[in-house]
Amino acid sequence: MAVSPLAPVRGAGEFFAFSLDVLRGLFKRPFQGAEFIQQAWFIASVTILPTALVSIPFGAVLALQIGNLTKQIGAQSFTGAVAVLGVVREASPIVTALLIAGAGGSAICADLGSRKIRDEIDAMEVLGISPIARLVVPRVLATMLVAFFLNGLVAVVGVMGGYFFNVVLQGGTPGAYLASFTALAQLPDLYVGQLKAVIFGMIAALVASYKGLNAQGGPKGVGDAVNQSVVISFMLLFLVNFIITAVYFQVVPQKGG
Amino acid sequence: MGVEIKVENLTKRFGKQTIWENVSLTLPAGEISVLLGPSGTGKSVFLKTLIGLLKPENGSIVIDGKDITKIREKELYQIRKLFGVLFQDGALFGSQNLYDNIAFPLREHTKKSEKEIRDIVTEKLEITGLSGTEKKLPGEISGGMRKRAGLARALVLDPEILLFDEPDSGLDPVRTAYLNQLIVDLNAQIKATILIVTHDINTARTVPDNIGLLYRRHLAMFGPREMLLSSNEPVVRQFLNAQREGPIGMAEEKDAGELESEKGKELGVLPPIPLQLETSDGRPRATQRPPGSWLRENGIVPPEGSFPGLDLDFGGKGDGSGAPVGHGGDPEGELDGGPATTTSLESPVRVVDAPSRLRAGSRRPSSRPGRPPRGEG
Repeated sequence: MAVSPLAPVRGAGEFFAFSLDVLRGLFKRPFQGAEFIQQAWFIASVTILPTALVSIPFGAVLALQIGNLTKQIGAQSFTGAVAVLGVVREASPIVTALLIAGAGGSAICADLGSRKIRDEIDAMEVLGISPIARLVVPRVLATMLVAFFLNGLVAVVGVMGGYFFNVVLQGGTPGAYLASFTALAQLPDLYVGQLKAVIFGMIAALVASYKGLNAQGGPKGVGDAVNQSVVISFMLLFLVNFIITAVYFQVVPQKGG
Repeated sequence: MGVEIKVENLTKRFGKQTIWENVSLTLPAGEISVLLGPSGTGKSVFLKTLIGLLKPENGSIVIDGKDITKIREKELYQIRKLFGVLFQDGALFGSQNLYDNIAFPLREHTKKSEKEIRDIVTEKLEITGLSGTEKKLPGEISGGMRKRAGLARALVLDPEILLFDEPDSGLDPVRTAYLNQLIVDLNAQIKATILIVTHDINTARTVPDNIGLLYRRHLAMFGPREMLLSSNEPVVRQFLNAQREGPIGMAEEKDAGELESEKGKELGVLPPIPLQLETSDGRPRATQRPPGSWLRENGIVPPEGSFPGLDLDFGGKGDGSGAPVGHGGDPEGELDGGPATTTSLESPVRVVDAPSRLRAGSRRPSSRPGRPPRGEG
């Protein structure tokens, strides 16, 4: 393909067209149930442990930072509130997204990419089976499902970690920790966190599948595709995260404001 | 019965690079054709274009009355069920064992019970000599077995068209001979239209009914086996006889100086035309023609020693003077005017008439010796 100034635009356009194809594929029968369950299990198995291991120190760091800050400005009683809000609204969807894109997305991209260069994808199309319906749709759905539950896991682990650090190590009181966050936190915080995680999962899986199915140039091409897929999905995730957060604060009225 | 594939003025480019242009040929229904060409002339690209995996820049491919370059994706997936394709490395699904690989198209496309599927898969495994390897993963078997398993998978949906992408690459001569025999037997059995993309000369000389040659971004010639094997056209002659003398060079085509230095060299006599490979049980294929029939129709004398074991009379044979045999290009006039029917002794009625089969070849402008042929204007 000749290099032209429009090349990046074309890439974005092709990705968008691909995403629409997948979206249409979501509603097509027959649904690939077996593949979906298999993929969900696979993605969960590659992400659960790293997610748990990342979210504990993440929650701890938040607790430490906030604990110190609230001490400096004399608002220790609000430590719990801030920690929980930070974890539930921002930290857990981002941690989920990073791990879904980094562990799940790269695995999907490598899998599809190696199939592509071994002609398996072509063979599948020739057998009259659409790789989008057969491979991509179940993967995207599986990633969304896993991201949803993973986000719940991260939030719980993060909050427990924050509690542990605040109460046990920083000498905070359990009562203040629990009471303060019900003062500020509300259920929509959890909803938006879950929504974010699901959207992040979808984006990560779409980018990974797109890059994998377009891998070319032998084994090195697969490596490049995985690399690009992780970088691109990280950038997209942070951008989308910003947009959702901005919209959320506009749409949902905050407590005590 | 197989399906005819009619390709007209097909052009494929990647960016500014033209792979080939204005390729026109008709793969006659139920016949075996071979597409030859030096490495890197886009033979595999042609194959992928035929199945609609790549979109051509120009031209049409008509299969079963539908132009697959223009139809919608949904219809394309329907048309593809007519195809069985053997990719270079078999293209088996690495995560499934051989049984599941071969059963895959049946499970996806048919409502057959597992018992019926088992019967079909067992049968195809037997045909391809893979019985007992059902539980093996593609990574655990040899390249030749992967290839045969790929063939078994291509066969389960009873395809009307079978495409082979270099079936002989990475196989030893014995296995290649077995595979060629299998292709001929399959053609007799399921009567599918077969296209083999290869650069194995032996396969090209003995297996097909028709040969096509891709060279320098166009189709140099397409026609019956006997027409190409008796051709004195430089490119065809050089390639089919694996010679160094001729317009094809190591990298691409030779330059003018190189060709000039070869000018004095005698190309030698054409090697004899071998007999076409027959089915293993000796029964003729539906589209098989008696040996020498094309030559006789067109009044061409084959090289000395052709069709060993058969006593065929071509009129000019036996003068012993070593007079040049073969023909320079294609005998256009004789083709269109000549009798289309053959006096077939052992084979049933041929379905496709000669002129339509030869359209691709006869449209090619005649080329003078020493100059590589150009694409159709």
